[in-house]
Amino acid sequence: MRLPCPLCGERDLREFYYQGAAVSLTRPDPDAGADAWADYVHLRENLPGDLEEMWHHAQGCGAWLVVTRNTATHVVKGAKLAMDTKRADTKRADTKGART
Amino acid sequence: MRYSGFKVIKEALTGHKGWKPAWRDPEPRPHYDIIIIGGGGHGLATAHYLAKVYGQKNIAVIEKGWIGGGNVGRNTTIIRSNYMLDGNEPFYEFSLKLWEGLEQDLNYNAMISQRGIMNLIHSDAQRDAFIRRGNAMMLNGADAELLDAAQIRKEYPFLNFDDARFPIKGGLAQRRGGTVRHDAVAWGFARSADSHGVDIIQNCEVTGFRIENGKCLGIETSKGFIGANKVASAVAGSSGRLMAKANMRLPIESHVLQAFVSEGLKPVLPGVITFGAGHFYVSQSDKGGLVFGGDIDGYNSYAQRGNLPVVEDVCEGGMAIMPIIGRARLLRMWGGIMDMSMDGSPIIDETHIEGLYFNGGWCYGGFKATPASGYAYAHLLAKGTPHETATAYRFNRFETGHMIDEKGMGNQPNLH
Repeated sequence: MRLPCPLCGERDLREFYYQGAAVSLTRPDPDAGADAWADYVHLRENLPGDLEEMWHHAQGCGAWLVVTRNTATHVVKGAKLAMDTKRADTKRADTKGART
Repeated sequence: MRYSGFKVIKEALTGHKGWKPAWRDPEPRPHYDIIIIGGGGHGLATAHYLAKVYGQKNIAVIEKGWIGGGNVGRNTTIIRSNYMLDGNEPFYEFSLKLWEGLEQDLNYNAMISQRGIMNLIHSDAQRDAFIRRGNAMMLNGADAELLDAAQIRKEYPFLNFDDARFPIKGGLAQRRGGTVRHDAVAWGFARSADSHGVDIIQNCEVTGFRIENGKCLGIETSKGFIGANKVASAVAGSSGRLMAKANMRLPIESHVLQAFVSEGLKPVLPGVITFGAGHFYVSQSDKGGLVFGGDIDGYNSYAQRGNLPVVEDVCEGGMAIMPIIGRARLLRMWGGIMDMSMDGSPIIDETHIEGLYFNGGWCYGGFKATPASGYAYAHLLAKGTPHETATAYRFNRFETGHMIDEKGMGNQPNLH
């Protein structure tokens, strides 16, 4: 599996650190309440198919990426910089996971 | 039909005409008291204990493919009870005790072999951690034995004792640990459950749950609707996929774990060795193959195959600790899908939907738990309360902060 880093190009899986589904793009408000936070920290949709997930190019440029990858086939559909995604998505109020 | 040595001899002398199928192949009835989804080790064990220990009747096991075709046939067959935390250790020790009596209980040869498991120690800090773990094990009635390097050298003279980075300084042994023929576990539980009247329905995929007013009334399947008073999921690896049909999200991610077996060799490894520091463990099957593995690949996956970096990592670990493995040729490698939970520990609990129960989150350690998981799940289904060894395996531990986190990694499943 190779991931297309927007800054470095297509790079080997071993250069990246993985942090699961990209739920951190839609973090609840600090005062959203215990239920919303327990949900955000622990519950995942976890279906086979396309998933938006966080990868850190730890042994490359150091950027956090949002990668869209199929969990049933391992086919990588694309990657973008998390900082760009975060800025574009700041108005998203949905806290129910980041599945596309 | 009881199996025995006498029966084998009798059949050998009469042309093997008296053997019958080990379980029936029934069509589903319209309604059951209890339906178990998943004909793997845990589901079949649940059916066995429900029928035999808890006296329940009218039970079905529903399996999408064929029984034993999932993770119970894909694991590396190791049994042990060397956990540390209070929520875990009594449960796994209960499981090991059930393994010890399982073949008599099932009247089935599962080739249970208590050949011992050894965790290697490479530093003073690691020795301290293993002493603590060994003490926790003994406090819960398990056996543990601290060994020095000379004692290990007697049993495993071929290990690399003087590696520059990970020299072997000792080990923590559990002599009652060992290996089991994993397929026979599924078949033995299936045969016993069937003999107690459980319907095992294969090639029947669950396509949905019928839930009305917060109560589960049964399941929609490829063979039509089947009603039930209680529906119990036991599909670890596919838990996310199945429970999504009940609109549930779980504290679980699915990950792929790879395993490997070499060509058959003459006996070389008397027991199980784990080289945790190098992410490698190995045992030798009764057929002679070296059965080994390492870490999960580390990313969400429903593909039953992994990627090459982990193959390389596992083989490097093997070469580092056991250089003779380099002369063995790899015969097969495969992947299985794990329910990796948010704290590395399993869940056996009711859900917020009345009549719908859940068993999953076994991470990469479900095989050793098979009998106790079935027993505890059967207890929950029959009595409505958790079994005494499984009281910590509740859904709400994540909300209340009572995680059972053996490795102290927090809510990141791929680090457990």
